[in-house]
Amino acid sequence: MSRPGAVLEVDRNSPPTLFHFGEGVRLERLPLGSRILYPPDPLEPIAHPERAIRRALAHPLDDDPLKELLRPGMKLTIAFDDLSLPLPPMAQPDVRQLVMEEVVELAAEAGVEDIHLIVATGLHRRMTEDEIRHIVGDRIFTTFWPDCLYNHDAEDDDENVRIGTTPDGHEVTLNRRAAESDLVVYVNLTLVPMDGGHKSMATGLATYRGIRAHHNVDTLLGSRSYMHPPDSQLHHSCIQQGRLIEDHVRVFHIETSVNNHAFPTVANFMQKRETDWTPADQATYLALKRLSDLAPRDLKRTVFHSMKAPYGLTGVNAGQVDQVHDRTLEAVRKQMTVEVDGQTDIVTMGLPYLGPYNVNSILNPVLVVCLGLGYLFNLYRGTPVVREGGVVIMTHPCRYEFDSVHHPSYIDFYDEVLADTTDPAQIERKYERRFAEDDWYRQLFRKSHAYHGVHPFYAWYWAAHALAHAGDVIVVGGEREVVHRLGFKAATTLADAFEMAEQTVGRYPSVSHLRTPPLLLADVR
Amino acid sequence: MLALQYLRSLPRYALVRATGGRADVATGDFSLLHLGDVPEPEPPNGSWRRVLPSLAGICGSDTAAITGHASLYLDPLTSYPFVPGHEVVGVLAGDGARVVVEPALGCEVRGLSPRCARCVEGRPGLCQRVDEGDLAVGLQTGYCCSTGGGWGEVLIAHESQLHEVPPALSDEAAVLIEPLACSVHAALRGGAGAEDVVVVQGAGTIGLLTLAAIKLFTSPRRLIAVAKHPFQRQQALRLGADQVIRPDEVFQRIRFATEARRLDGPNLSLLLGGADLTFECTGSAAGLDDAFRYTRAGGRVVAVGMPGRERVDWGPIWQRELTVMGAYAYGTEATGRRTFDVALAAAPELGLEQLTGPLFQLSEYRDAIAYAVQAGRRSTAKVAFDLRGLRL
Repeated sequence: MSRPGAVLEVDRNSPPTLFHFGEGVRLERLPLGSRILYPPDPLEPIAHPERAIRRALAHPLDDDPLKELLRPGMKLTIAFDDLSLPLPPMAQPDVRQLVMEEVVELAAEAGVEDIHLIVATGLHRRMTEDEIRHIVGDRIFTTFWPDCLYNHDAEDDDENVRIGTTPDGHEVTLNRRAAESDLVVYVNLTLVPMDGGHKSMATGLATYRGIRAHHNVDTLLGSRSYMHPPDSQLHHSCIQQGRLIEDHVRVFHIETSVNNHAFPTVANFMQKRETDWTPADQATYLALKRLSDLAPRDLKRTVFHSMKAPYGLTGVNAGQVDQVHDRTLEAVRKQMTVEVDGQTDIVTMGLPYLGPYNVNSILNPVLVVCLGLGYLFNLYRGTPVVREGGVVIMTHPCRYEFDSVHHPSYIDFYDEVLADTTDPAQIERKYERRFAEDDWYRQLFRKSHAYHGVHPFYAWYWAAHALAHAGDVIVVGGEREVVHRLGFKAATTLADAFEMAEQTVGRYPSVSHLRTPPLLLADVR
Repeated sequence: MLALQYLRSLPRYALVRATGGRADVATGDFSLLHLGDVPEPEPPNGSWRRVLPSLAGICGSDTAAITGHASLYLDPLTSYPFVPGHEVVGVLAGDGARVVVEPALGCEVRGLSPRCARCVEGRPGLCQRVDEGDLAVGLQTGYCCSTGGGWGEVLIAHESQLHEVPPALSDEAAVLIEPLACSVHAALRGGAGAEDVVVVQGAGTIGLLTLAAIKLFTSPRRLIAVAKHPFQRQQALRLGADQVIRPDEVFQRIRFATEARRLDGPNLSLLLGGADLTFECTGSAAGLDDAFRYTRAGGRVVAVGMPGRERVDWGPIWQRELTVMGAYAYGTEATGRRTFDVALAAAPELGLEQLTGPLFQLSEYRDAIAYAVQAGRRSTAKVAFDLRGLRL
């Protein structure tokens, strides 16, 4: 039986608290009386994942068994989430591999020959061969790559179709192969409540014209939070699009959830509360700290990105998307939820080396904002952990450092757009279209491994709610010039940051620390 | 008279070159420079006047010559020993009128008749008879042994070389009239169109003044300055750049500004598309190489900064069908006005004083040259000699 999430108060006997700091870690002393939010311990995984998958496909929710939907001569498309989830990537076998092997097996038994597998990248970068192989496993990869296993291309005008307009007047686009299939099986992995459901198809197999309907400042400001779909305009918009897609093509939805066993044995201390650290954990911490203090950046990055998480499957559901997604959310919330009593003046968070958009890459300054203010800030249900006008304190080195292959438009976003303004609405109005239609970005998106030209805008919009909500944002340990470009304040130490924060929230502020990763969902009452 | 002289000495030249042009060697006891008493230049006839320099600038071409980096192409076009200094504001001996000197030594100055074809065109800087007439060989005052130069107490100038300085223009501003005239000529020669994205590579004196001239006399869609040092960036913005970028980000920023495509090769990046017109004001191989790769196919590159014997890749010039043109000196522009007059008229609104300083005495020439070599890093553009004290 795993322990539920907890809120512990810092007292004189509390050990120092772990803060992630990019490709490094720190132990920090929080003020007495601060509360630390810990996620639940990893849930017990399903003992026999393959068996659970077979059962889900044979007994779907509000749908016919998958076997009965398969027939010879049909056109079958299997679409699946890309490597932006889970974080860190899952140690092999990835649960998507297990699901897809089962689906392909059933299709083969039914005599289906026309099978395509599409990585539902949306406006994310194309996954590399190795990354796709990591998700689907050797068997599927060698059978289908490259002709029948490939990345979705949102900028290929010939291979995407417009399938209609939602009641709100938003355009809906879809990958042509999927749109023209007799059946689309979508294989999802939901890590946080924002993922999955109708959003999978509505973003993963769409184009900029479709995605911009909900990836915009207005919608995201109206999503309080987008980690809680009922209060999320983002999800309402995706649901409208998803329903239109399902009117157009038959979809069989498969969703999986995993526990939060996010770190391999070597870094297992990060998984634990500091009070639970053994001498071995303390020694590992010291060794890792030493490595991260002394090792060259590239080496650290290689070491950290090579970590794969031993997640365990906690749920697999198949059938009609709404019912499936409700079940998935239930499992995800069970793994993530921490009940929290009220808001505080300050929230602190240690930002790790990895977010959804820099797998095998660099967490550049724009992605730092996306991770801290876009994702972690929004990991709440009800109200944010920090009160309106409060202060967000994040620790991250926040260097001027970009991956020119994965994030070319991020460089220009940082240098050109943020030099002008950090206001999301103004950024959207003045610059989005220019980036979205830039011929070079389009070329790199299609032929190299670059995120779409518009992607840094979405990363920034993701933080729009936090930017409007927080009275101040302070980055501890970041490069001063970079932090200022982002529109924030730079502090050298956490103690300095608390002192600076007092100017905004007054003396003796209340403090919450999100002790994440593993991720948690604060249910703030 | 007291003057700094530039000597022609192969052993000294070899020594300076061997040290890579280190300022302490290039101005040391075994350098090509010598401070001492030298004979005053003799006016060839009554059309010549004696000029007592007030301020004389240290130009990039001067430091290139002193540090052994100047193109040897110029050697036969120069007569030795000469007193350097072609950026000069001074007073006329006798009536004390304040003047700037237009240094080009063309047919008219040399007393040659008929004048050569280039001089007839109004381009004495391109004179084809610079080895004839009343003077020894030399392209300019400051590179000719007959005329003296600004780095001495006295120089001689032909009446046609003299331009009166308006009272409102300080010496500190007037000493930049010569480089401003070069820049005006470059800007007009480049002739940026209304839809052009123009890049000025380099933000030393010539880069900044070229930027100002482009802004004043043409109207490109976007004017981008490439500047290395904070002072240069600040001045570039003041003088009209729409955007100032660092040398290490030219491909990223110009790509964005021109909506080009960028390809990264094994040694350097290149743009498919790029700037319509580039003014290369560094004269360095790195600057030229970059300019040839970020200027669009069919575009133009104007070489304004004085290059030496630079090793540049001609591949992009060939493949992109670039038009590479030099912009040297001044004369009479297409409008019929002399470039110096245009520069004198434009100068008051440019706040040129902000670019000048510090000023050094001739006796401090070692410090002055060392300072000038690192002017940008030391937050200035034009280091100059102040000779006003020698007249007291």
